[in-house]
Amino acid sequence: MKSHVIVFPGSNCDRDVAVAIENISGSAPEMVWHKNTSIAESDLIVVPGGFSYGDYLRCGAIASTSPVINEVIKKAKAGVPVIGICNGFQILIETSLLDGALIRNNSLSFICKDIYIKPENTSSIFTKNNVVAKMPIAHNEGNYFASKDTIKKIKDHDQIAFRYCDANGVVSEESNPNGSLDNIAGILNDKKNVLGLMPHPERAVELNLGSDDGKHIFEGVLK
Amino acid sequence: MNWIHKTEQSSVESHGLKHDEFDSIVKGLGREPNLTELGIFSAMWNEHCSYKSSKFWLKKLPTTGARVVQGPGENAGVIDIDDGDVAVFKMESHNHPSYIEPYQGAATGVGGILRDIFTMGARPVANLNALRFGEPSHPKTKHLLAGVVEGIGGYGNCIGIPTVGGEVNFHPSYNGNILVNAMTVGIAKKDKIFYSAAAGIGNPVVYVGSKTGRDGIHGASMASAEFDDDTENKKPTVQVGDPFTEKLLLEACLELMKEQAIIAIQDMGAAGLTSSSIEMASKGNVGLEIDLTKVPMRASNMTAYELMLSESQERMLMVLEPGKEDMARTIFKKWDLEFEVIGKVTDTKNLVLNMHGKEEACIPINILVEDAPEYQRDYTVREPTKEYQIDEGVLKSETIIDDLVKMISHPNLCSRRWIWEQYDHMVMADTLVRPGSDAAVVRVHGTNKAIAISTDCSPTYCKHNSFEGGKHAVVETWRNLVASGALPIAITDCMNFGNPEKPEIMGEFVECIRGMTEACSALDYPVVSGNVSLYNETNGEGIYPTPAIGGVGLIKDISKTKTIAFKQKDTLVYTIGETNGHLGNSQFLSIILDKELGSTPIIDLNNELKNGKFVLELISQNLALSVHDIGEGGLLVAAAEMSLSSGIGIFINCERKNHAYLFGEDQGRYIIEIDKKNEALLNKLSNDHSVVLECIGHTIDENIEIKDIGKISIMDLKTNHENWFQNFTK
Amino acid sequence: MLAKIHITLKKDVLDPQGKVIANSLSDLGFDGIQSVRQGKYIEILLEGDDKDAANSKLNQMCEKLLANLVIEDYSVEID
Repeated sequence: MKSHVIVFPGSNCDRDVAVAIENISGSAPEMVWHKNTSIAESDLIVVPGGFSYGDYLRCGAIASTSPVINEVIKKAKAGVPVIGICNGFQILIETSLLDGALIRNNSLSFICKDIYIKPENTSSIFTKNNVVAKMPIAHNEGNYFASKDTIKKIKDHDQIAFRYCDANGVVSEESNPNGSLDNIAGILNDKKNVLGLMPHPERAVELNLGSDDGKHIFEGVLK
Repeated sequence: MNWIHKTEQSSVESHGLKHDEFDSIVKGLGREPNLTELGIFSAMWNEHCSYKSSKFWLKKLPTTGARVVQGPGENAGVIDIDDGDVAVFKMESHNHPSYIEPYQGAATGVGGILRDIFTMGARPVANLNALRFGEPSHPKTKHLLAGVVEGIGGYGNCIGIPTVGGEVNFHPSYNGNILVNAMTVGIAKKDKIFYSAAAGIGNPVVYVGSKTGRDGIHGASMASAEFDDDTENKKPTVQVGDPFTEKLLLEACLELMKEQAIIAIQDMGAAGLTSSSIEMASKGNVGLEIDLTKVPMRASNMTAYELMLSESQERMLMVLEPGKEDMARTIFKKWDLEFEVIGKVTDTKNLVLNMHGKEEACIPINILVEDAPEYQRDYTVREPTKEYQIDEGVLKSETIIDDLVKMISHPNLCSRRWIWEQYDHMVMADTLVRPGSDAAVVRVHGTNKAIAISTDCSPTYCKHNSFEGGKHAVVETWRNLVASGALPIAITDCMNFGNPEKPEIMGEFVECIRGMTEACSALDYPVVSGNVSLYNETNGEGIYPTPAIGGVGLIKDISKTKTIAFKQKDTLVYTIGETNGHLGNSQFLSIILDKELGSTPIIDLNNELKNGKFVLELISQNLALSVHDIGEGGLLVAAAEMSLSSGIGIFINCERKNHAYLFGEDQGRYIIEIDKKNEALLNKLSNDHSVVLECIGHTIDENIEIKDIGKISIMDLKTNHENWFQNFTK
Repeated sequence: MLAKIHITLKKDVLDPQGKVIANSLSDLGFDGIQSVRQGKYIEILLEGDDKDAANSKLNQMCEKLLANLVIEDYSVEID
C-alpha cells in the first residue's frame, strides 16, 4: 500500500490526512512537496485541505498551476485514485480534472460544523460503502456550481459522489450547508478514479473526534 | 542629524512623551535625541511596551509553582504537562486597532499572539479569544462584531490552528472601546524551548519573514492613547495581516528550531524592530549593531525612523550561531521568505543603527530599559456596592419559565454558535471538546492526554467590587477546567482598564490584582504570562475593569474528559455547593429587571478548593456523567444549557423553587449528572469531603420541567437560544 | 503600458455578495438600485508598447489563471 499526500506551503490538513491514512492502512503516506515534479508509483494520492498558496486569487487557482499538480493530473489520467478534500477539491476543480466550480458559501461566511452526506454514486471505490456519514465541513467557498449542461452530464454519467443530507439521509434545503446546487458535496470524474469533496473525512476517523464515518471513504482504496 | 531641541516640544508631545520623560532621555544620553532616537524612546516608553503604570502591581501576582517552567517576562509562559512536554501560552489585547478596523485589527491580533507562541519553539495547537462589545443597539456594534469574528476566523482558519473557544459579552461601557483579547496555546518539548536573550559577541543578527513597509507606524503608541471623535482618522496606522506568510514563517521557524542554530529569537510585535532588538540585547546584557540598509523593504525610500517603528506583520529577529547562516537561509528560502543578516551582537551594550554608512542612532540599552519610567500612580478604592434587597414579593413563580426563555435568548447568555461556526475549530484533528462546553479540550497530538483551556471574566462583578471581581475571573476559569476533568495549572491574564492616571481607575486595577493574587495563591494557580491594556476610554468614559483570564489545565487520561451535555435519561442531577440565592449583580437582575444593582457575590476560596477537588474526585472515580459549573444566570440557566447541548431534558423538583434559588449566582457551585446506582456512594463521598450536595431532579425526555411551576420543550428553548446572533447580524 | 482587467461573475451565476451589497445600499436609503454585481479588478504593468501583442498575452493570462471561465467573465483594457 503506497499513498501520497501533496503538501503546499499553505496546506493545513496534510498531517490530519496522513494520520488518518496511517490509522486505517497501517502505513504512513509519503508527503510530496509542491515543488516536486514527480510522484512515485501510488495507490492513492490525496490533495489535502488548507489554503495552498494563501488562496488569494481564487481558492485553488494558483495551486492548479504548480509543478506537482501536473504530475497529479498525469497520474489521475492514468487511473491512480486521487482524492481532493476541501481546498484539494477546489484545486482539482481548477485543474479541470473535475467539472464545475466552487463559489462562496451562500451565507457569505466561513462554516465549520458537522454535516451528513450520503453517496449518490454507489459503485466507485470511494462510495461503494453506501451509508449516511457524519463529518465536518470547514470552508468559505464550498458552494458547488455548474452550468445546466454540466449538471446534466455529471448526472448522466453517475458522477455525483455525495450529497448533503440530514441524519436520516433525507436530502433537503435545510440539510444544504452552503447553497450547493442539488446539495452536491462531492463529485467524481468520468472514470470514477478522482473524487473531490468539501467535507473532511480525515477529521472523522475516530469517535473521540465525534465520528468515524470518514473511514468509509478511504477504506475502499486502502483495504 | 535632526536633533530635537527642547523648543520643539510639539515633536516630543506628538510622540506621547511627558516632559519629565524627555528630560530623563536627555540626561541619560548626555545630549538631546535625534528624531529616530526619539521615536525609539517613545515606542519603548509608552504604556504598551513599558508597563510603566502597571509594573509595580504586576509584581505582586504569584508566578511560581511546581509546574511553572517559565513565568512572565518571556514571549509566553511555559508549564510542565508531563512526559517532557510543555504547554506554552499567552493572551494579548488588540483592542484599539480592532475598533478602528475590526477585520484587520482582530486578524493581526491573532497573528501576533501566534508568533509569541512559536517564537518559543512551540507548535500552536489552539486559539481562543475574549471579546467585549458595546450594547447591541449601539450603531457600531453590529459592524464591529461581524468584522472582529471574520478577522479572527480569517487568520486562524488560514494558518490552520483551530479556534476552540472564548467568550463574548455586550455592555454599554464598551460602546466606544471594544476589547479583542486573543490567546494561543502551543505544545513544545521541555528541553527545546527558545528564549530571547542575545549572546555571543560577533554573532549574526538575522531578519526573517515579510518585508518591512510603512504599516502601523506608531501602532503601539496608539494603543496607549485614549480615543476621541477623531479616532477614525487614525485608520492608516492599522497593520494588514497575511496569515499565509505567517504559516510559512511558522513552518520555517519550527524547521530551523530542529537544528542547533538559534541562540535567541524574538518576534517583531508592537514597535517592531525597535522592541525586538532592544528586548534581545537587554535580556542578553549585550549590544546590537544593525545596518538598516539591509532590512528587506517593501516601500522605497524608507527612513531609519520608519524602519525602526514599522509594525509590518509576520517578521522575526534571531541571533544565529556563527556559520549557520547558509543552512538557515536555505530553510527560509524554501518557504519563500526573506532572510537577511542585518547586524551583529556587540559588547558595547549600545543599540547602534547605521544606514548608508551613517550612524542614525546610538542608545545605551540600559537607558531604554532600566531608566524606563515606572509610576506608582495614585489610586482610590471605591467602596464595593452594597447588597440590594430585592422585593421577592414582586417576583411571581409563574414567570420563571418565561424568564428562563428571556435569559437564555439574551445576547449575554445565548448560544455563540454563530461565532464559533465561523472558526475552524477542528483542524489538526485533536479537538476533543468543541466550543460551547465549560472548557475546550485539545489532545496533545499522538498521546492519550489533553489540555483544557478556558477564558473568562465578569466585568460587572469587577466594576462593583474589583477585589471580588478579580478573584472571580480567576476562579471561574479554574472551575471551567475542573468541570472538564482537568487539573488546573496556570493562567495568563489580559488586563483591560481605563486611564490609569485617574485614581479611581487605578484603584480598580489595584483591587483586581489583589483579588487575582488571592485566588491564584489559594488555588495554586499562578500567572505565567500576560498583557496590560490601559487607556481604554472614549471621550473620558472608561470601560468596565476587565481582567480577562485564560486558564490551562491538564487531563492526564482523555477518557476522563467531561462535557456539560447530559448523557442519558433517567439519571440523577445534583448541585455541589451551597445555594443561598444571591441576586446582586446577577444576569437575572440585568436581563429581566434591567437593573445593575447589588453586591458582587463573595467567593470563599477554601470552599471553592474543596468543591473543585470533590468534583475531580468524582470524575476520577468515573461517577460523574456530565459536569457543568454554575456561572452567570445561575442554576436554572446552567441546567438548561446541559439540556440544550444534549437534547436530554430535566425534571427539577428541588425544595425552593423561587427566582433567587433558580437564578442566584452564589459561587463555588457545579451541577453533576450521575447514574442512579451511584447515589449512595455519592452521598457517602460528599460526607467524607464535607461538601454541600443537593439532588435537584433527574433527566427526562425532551422537556425542561420544574415541578409545580411549568415546562418548556428543549426544541422551543433551542430556537430562542440559537437565533440571536443570526438575526442580529443579518 | 498599464493593463486593467475586470473579472465578474457570469450572468447566470448567483452573486450572493452582490445581493448583500444591494440590500445594504437600499437599507442606507439609496433607492432605485436594480441589482449589484461585484468582481475583481487587477492592474498589470507591462513592458513594451505593442498593444496587440499585449492584448493576446493578457487574454491568455485571464484564461489560464486570472479568471475561472466556468463562473467568471473578464474584460481587458490597455492604457
